[in-house]
Formats: sequence, C-alpha cells, structure tokens
Amino acid sequence: MSEITQEQVAHLANLARIALTPAEIESLTKELGSIVDNVAKVSEVATADVPATSHPIPLQNVYRDDVPGNTLTTEQALAGAPDHDGSRFRVTAILGEEQ
Amino acid sequence: MAKAALMDYDKALELFEPVLGFEVHVELSTKTKMFSSAPNYFGGEPNTNITPTCLGLPGSLPVVNGQAVRYSISLGLALGCSIAPSSRFARKNYFYPDLAKNYQISQFDEPIAFGGSVDVELPDGRMFTVPIERAHMEEDAGKLTHVGGATGRIQGAEYSLVDYNRAGVPLVEIVTDIIYGAEKDAPELAKAYVSTIRDIVVSLGISEARMERGNLRCDANISLRPRTVPGEPPAPLGTRTETKNVNSLRSVERAIRYEIQRQAAILADGGTITQETRHWHEDTGTTSAGRPKSDADDYRYFPEPDLLPVVPSLELIEELRAALPEPPAARRRRLKAEWGFTDLEFQDVQNAGLLVEVASTVSAGASPQAARKWWSGEISRIANARSAEPSALVTPTDVAALVALVDSGALNDRLARQVLEGVIDGEGTPQEVVDARGLAVVSDDGALIAAIDEALAAQPDVLAKIKDGKVQAAGAVIGAVMKAMKGQADAARVRELVLERAAAS
Repeated sequence: MSEITQEQVAHLANLARIALTPAEIESLTKELGSIVDNVAKVSEVATADVPATSHPIPLQNVYRDDVPGNTLTTEQALAGAPDHDGSRFRVTAILGEEQ
Repeated sequence: MAKAALMDYDKALELFEPVLGFEVHVELSTKTKMFSSAPNYFGGEPNTNITPTCLGLPGSLPVVNGQAVRYSISLGLALGCSIAPSSRFARKNYFYPDLAKNYQISQFDEPIAFGGSVDVELPDGRMFTVPIERAHMEEDAGKLTHVGGATGRIQGAEYSLVDYNRAGVPLVEIVTDIIYGAEKDAPELAKAYVSTIRDIVVSLGISEARMERGNLRCDANISLRPRTVPGEPPAPLGTRTETKNVNSLRSVERAIRYEIQRQAAILADGGTITQETRHWHEDTGTTSAGRPKSDADDYRYFPEPDLLPVVPSLELIEELRAALPEPPAARRRRLKAEWGFTDLEFQDVQNAGLLVEVASTVSAGASPQAARKWWSGEISRIANARSAEPSALVTPTDVAALVALVDSGALNDRLARQVLEGVIDGEGTPQEVVDARGLAVVSDDGALIAAIDEALAAQPDVLAKIKDGKVQAAGAVIGAVMKAMKGQADAARVRELVLERAAAS
C-alpha cells in the first residue's frame, strides 16, 4: 500500500488552489494511493537496462528556426481577458511577488 | 519602516565569514522568443509582441527555438561547464499573473550545462575562481505594474496591469555553487563576477546584457557564519537571504555590503536571520523584507509533456566550442597590451566595468586613450550624478564619433563635453547635436583675426609686452578672444594668431 497521506493531499490541494472537503480529501487519498500502487507495478518489470523516459514518443531535438512570425493584435490578445485597460490585462492586486 | 541596525563592516568580518551564491539571469538576444515565433523585442506597445503560446491559450503548443539552444550551449561552454548529453524542460508551477499559464517552462533535474567555473579578477588584480553549479534554459515572465496605493509598490495596490511582451523571452539562469573564501572582498567579488558574466555574454554576442533594461539580472544569496573557534568544529552555515532587484554592477556590490552589515548586527545581538527574499532599493541603498520562503516554494516540478528532450550532437558542441571567443582573462591581457595602458589605467577601466565599452569604442575607430578618457571621465561622472550605468547613457559608436570630431579639430574638449550631454539627453548623434546647437569650433581665421585685433587694441599694454618678447602675456588676449568666440575656438590656433598679429602690428 502506498504512503500517500491525507496531509499530502491537503498540501497539494492548497498548492493547486483547489478547495477540498474533508470527505474529498479522504477519498482522494485512497484513490491517489491506488494509482501510485499501480504505477509502482511498472517498476517491478522495468530492469536496470531500461532507461527512464519522460516522453512516450521517441523524438528529440525538434527545433524552430529563429524567424519572427505573426503576432496577435492587442484586441485579439485582450479578447478573452476578464478585465483590461485597453492595452494591458487587469488583475486583482496580488499579495505576492515575482517568483 | 524602522531603519535596520548595521554593524561596522570590518567588525562584521572579524566575527563572521560571508558565504555567497549568485543566480544570474541572462536574456538571450535571439530574434524570437524561447517557445514561440513572437519577436523578442524590448519596448513596443504592451501586449503586441505576443502569440497564443505566450498567453498559454488553449490549443497552443511551445516549440523550442534552436538558436536559443545553441546560445545556451555556447554560454555553458564559456562557463567551463559540461554540456548534458540529454536535457529536458520542466514545468515550475506557481500562481502569479506574470505568466498566464500558471507555470514557467524551465529546466529542473536535467539542465543543459553543469559543473563549470569562472575566473574573476578582483580590484587588486587577484584572481578568484567562482564555481558554477549549472546553467539552465527557461522563459522570462511578463511585466506587472501595480496601480493604486501611494508608492506604486505591491502593498496597498488596488489592481495590477500585465504586459506579456516579455513573457517567453529566452533566459539562461546561471547558478553558482556555494562560494567560500571571498572574505572582506565579498562585495567586490560579487560585482566582478556579474561584470565577468556580462563580458562573457557580450563577447559571445548572445545578449544585449544591459542591466538597466533587465537583460542581465542578479539575485544575490548571502549568509554569515561565525568564525571557527580554534579546537572546535566549524560552525554550520548561517541562514541565507536572497536579494533581488539588483540592477547595476554598483548595486550588486552595495547590496552585498549592506546585507553583511545588516545580518551581522542581528546575529551579534542574539537574533536570527529569516530566510526570505529581500528587495534592494537603489535610492536608499538598503534592502527590505519580501516574501518569506514557505510552502509557496513547493513548485511541483515535473517534465514538460509538450516538449521533447534536447540531445545536442557532439559535432554541434565541438563546433560551438571551436567558435568560442577567448576567455575574459586572456582577453584582458591582450587588450591591456594592445591599448598600452598602465596597470592603473587598465584596472580603473576594469573595476568600473567599462572594458566592453572601451573595447567597442576602440573598434568603432577611437584611440584607446581617448576612449578610456571619455568613459572613465565625463561619462562616468554624469552616470554617477544620475545614478545610472555609463553604458546606459551613450553608445560606443557615438563616443567614437565624438572623439573623431575632437581629433579633426571640429570640437575642442569643452564643446565636446556639451555635445556629449546633448547626445545623452537624446538630441541625436554627436554630429546632429553639433549642427542643432551650432557648437562647432570657429576655424575661420578671418573671424578669429578680427576678434584678436579687437582684443589687442583694447589691451595696448599687453600688446607692448608681447612685442617686447614676453609671450606669456598673450594669455590675457587669448582669454578675451576665447570669450568673444564663446569658447568655440581652438585655443592653440588662437595663440598662434595672437603672436602673429602682435608681431605684425
């Protein structure tokens, strides 16, 4: 059985800005635990000569030429904005700082 | 806000050993952004240099800029790093509107370059080796403007406005290992390190490296640990602070010195250092507390599923290695010999961080001594008065053009200084300022002779003395003529003509 705890789930939910009820935390802890258990089964068949992979497609070095392309107009850029000042997105004052 | 207590610097060094670490972000000067074909261009109207990818709109996908990868490899090699046979991108997850995706594409466990070192020259000429842990690729974030509140700062702001033009600009973040042994030279080392990184990226031609524009940014980590008592094990490392917003070479040095004095005062008083981000304030020369390190630093990195691994071929790495410019230390030795500067002259230029400027000005046609004189003299003086970087005021091309005007006799030194001010104030090239302000030296002998004859007539006693062989008396007439010409004459030529006219009268 995995070692996913309710504290970890609550912590992750907080980081992801998802509000969870205690009941949801309890059920998600079990579900995440079983997902981790299932993924762990893969480790049992993976031998040392199989390198870890982060991507399912055997491709690498896909690059773009450094040539400018089309850009959005300001109107297009702001079209989906909940609020703006005509040229910039307007967001509520953030109690935080650049990362 | 209460003013922080500071300990005397020498006293702080007696009690504590400063331990340093730097994160330098370099914006690459590619034509397009890291993951999209949006132009990588400073300035411009807000939210115009953006594509759906820059906004993280649904359906948009990032594609890596091949040129940015090559630039990053070159930089890694210049830092003496190994280039990873395979590296990958990762998502750094956080909620802040400087990026619209709620994550920054960066590199985490597989950076493109790792394990290097940079030799840095201290003001006294001593070399110091700064160990480099890694250099990784990432994207820059957008720019927030906080509106409302009295100070334009975050506290008290009513709302913030976001411009994503800078979002997605290619960055390389250079992270040092922990730096021990800088001791009392810690502030100078910090400045010299950032200056050396600047020299490297400029000579590689991969960044504009203009600190005032944020092309090159330094976050300075510093902690203090108590001096080891003989016979006892060394004290553990102290708690560090990370000072951000250090946007000039001068600030880097001042910020480190300030943090050493501030932390020493707290520790000596029995207090503890809070692990936090601190903001440097150029105007007051102080730092203030920012965000404490906390849960928010749990970025939940995971491999970026939208991008493929970067696996540079050995051929590419060797090709880029072969094309590297000479290392900064070798370059300094060569330039010093070529320019014929004395040790003192060269160190002045070097310590002021003006090597690149002088070299570029010489390349643009000026003599090394003239280039040095302008950058270390008048330009630095004005920069100091305006709290700006000399390089932000004027381009090497304009300085070389100014020197050419002086060399040709079109300007004397006094006029050239006025022209320089005009150039700095945005009135155009030196020639344009000369034309617009009508500042050229009067080279018309006729006009000079008329003024000289008038001055001689007005001072008959001086004329008599000159005719009597007392040539030093000519000074009074030369002064009067220069005044009549409003300083716009070549004093040497005026002197010649004064003696000529006096003899002929």
